[in-house]
Amino acid sequence: MKEINCDVLVVGAGPAGSVTAWYAAKAGANVLLVEKRQEIGSPVRCGEGLSKYWLKDVGIPEDRRWIANEVDGARIFSPSGKVWEINEKDAGNEVGYVIERDQFDKALAELAARAGAEIMLKTWVKGIIKRDGYIRGAVARHMGDDLKINAKIVVGADGYESQVGRWAGIDTSLKPNDIDSCIQYRMTGIDCDRRYCDFYLGSCAPGGYIWVFPKNEDTANVGIGVQLSKLKNPGEVKHYLDRWIDKQPGIRKGKKIDMVAGAVSISQPLEKTVDNGLMLVGDAARMIDPITGGGVSNGCKAAKVCGEVAGEAIAAGDYSAEFLQKYEKGWRALLEEKQYRNWLAKEKLVTLSDKVFDDLLELLSGTKLERLNVLNMLNAVREKYPEIVKEFEDFL
Amino acid sequence: MRSDKEKCMYCGACVGSCPKNAIYLEETRVVFDEERCVKCRICVRVCPVGAISE
Ligand SMILES: Cc1cc2nc3c(=O)[nH]c(=O)nc-3n(C[C@H](O)[C@H](O)[C@H](O)COP(=O)(O)OP(=O)(O)OC[C@H]3O[C@@H](n4cnc5c(N)ncnc54)[C@H](O)[C@@H]3O)c2cc1C
Ligand code: SF4
Ligand code: SF4
Repeated sequence: MKEINCDVLVVGAGPAGSVTAWYAAKAGANVLLVEKRQEIGSPVRCGEGLSKYWLKDVGIPEDRRWIANEVDGARIFSPSGKVWEINEKDAGNEVGYVIERDQFDKALAELAARAGAEIMLKTWVKGIIKRDGYIRGAVARHMGDDLKINAKIVVGADGYESQVGRWAGIDTSLKPNDIDSCIQYRMTGIDCDRRYCDFYLGSCAPGGYIWVFPKNEDTANVGIGVQLSKLKNPGEVKHYLDRWIDKQPGIRKGKKIDMVAGAVSISQPLEKTVDNGLMLVGDAARMIDPITGGGVSNGCKAAKVCGEVAGEAIAAGDYSAEFLQKYEKGWRALLEEKQYRNWLAKEKLVTLSDKVFDDLLELLSGTKLERLNVLNMLNAVREKYPEIVKEFEDFL
Repeated sequence: MRSDKEKCMYCGACVGSCPKNAIYLEETRVVFDEERCVKCRICVRVCPVGAISE
């Protein structure tokens, strides 16, 4: 079997994998980034809604190549059509750009490559190598051949379908309450307002929502996420979306030019993301925001820490779980509190009836929030609906 | 369990949701490990396009 050696093996060249590889290479490590697909970023599996406030923190240069549309804000629609309009300044973190995800992912891989990371495509990791209590590499298939990759540290950035963590003995399994099944069409020739990302709540998408994210004046990503525990029959999530589109004359008239399927975790943070010689990052570490279902920003923020710590560990010659705790602590400081709070809020939101959504949005549409986040929303609804907010008192 | 090749999108939703880690996804091939599968049908329900059946 062919054998290759590296310091850091990153499995999966999504945003989290590329940013990890970039920062680890920048820190001087010898990095190999492997991706099972033949083309990074394609096919796209994303609604392509991206906030922008965090890009600077991670050091990602904004690039016209991957910006399809810049929105002014978001509109949230209740079941009876009440609209809560939020402009971008208030919405702060959840809206900003509608991107070209394939170009975005490629741009991040270029940053990794420029920093010195090697990249291998069509390389499917099918198992890890464990010896003396340490993860020491992986076995892969590359263009029909078996390949052994020896590494001092393996980073699992292998997305929702992640196996790396499970192989290493980390429990990444999800409860049906914590999974949204998703489907999306890109539709052209529709009526949409390119200034807004639109969200539709209620029984049209039980436990999730429908989104319309405009790419330009007549084309948008129209998608849905439904909580797995609310799905019984095969293909039901697609029926929900098709049924909704059928009732929207401005969208129904359009044509589909792309179709995307997938799932997102809407869970609490994992209890453990490192082991001897191993780190997990991005969707593989279940870092998606449980309210929005967005995972690109959280994944990239954690990946910067992951890459930096990988670089430090290589320099120090210490790949133990104790050393890698620095990553565990670092990403938790950035994301954990918000993820936990939003998970609690999600657990509540999925129980609300259409009537309550109508009332809530009516209330919120008349409220000026300084910054849109779950905390401020809870405070705003507290007076009228103390029972909804009760379980969050600790946070308020 | 099996996945209908003509419907499958190779999205990995089934793989990440299987509580028994009984599904693998190569670039364009979904493989079920019948020995691990406990027939819980989570994959059937999560598959966005209804490609999985017993
Ligand atoms: C329908 C849908 C809409 C979404 N919309 C949004 C949105 O609007 N905004 C947002 O922020 N997020 C959105 N998300 C979530 C977002 O797509 C993810 O959070 C994001 O892609 C996570 O990045 P990642 O790098 O962790 O994983 P991924 O982007 O999934 O990358 C993982 C990579 O690993 C590769 N890989 C997997 N297994 C192996 C293996 N064994 N060997 C080699 N390579 C492997 C995969 O091919 C893939 O390229 C959406 C998700 C879905 C399903
Ligand atoms: S969830 Fe369905 S469409 Fe996606 S990979 Fe599995 S069988 Fe294929
Ligand atoms: S039926 Fe359950 S155990 Fe079997 S493959 Fe599907 S999800 Fe996994």
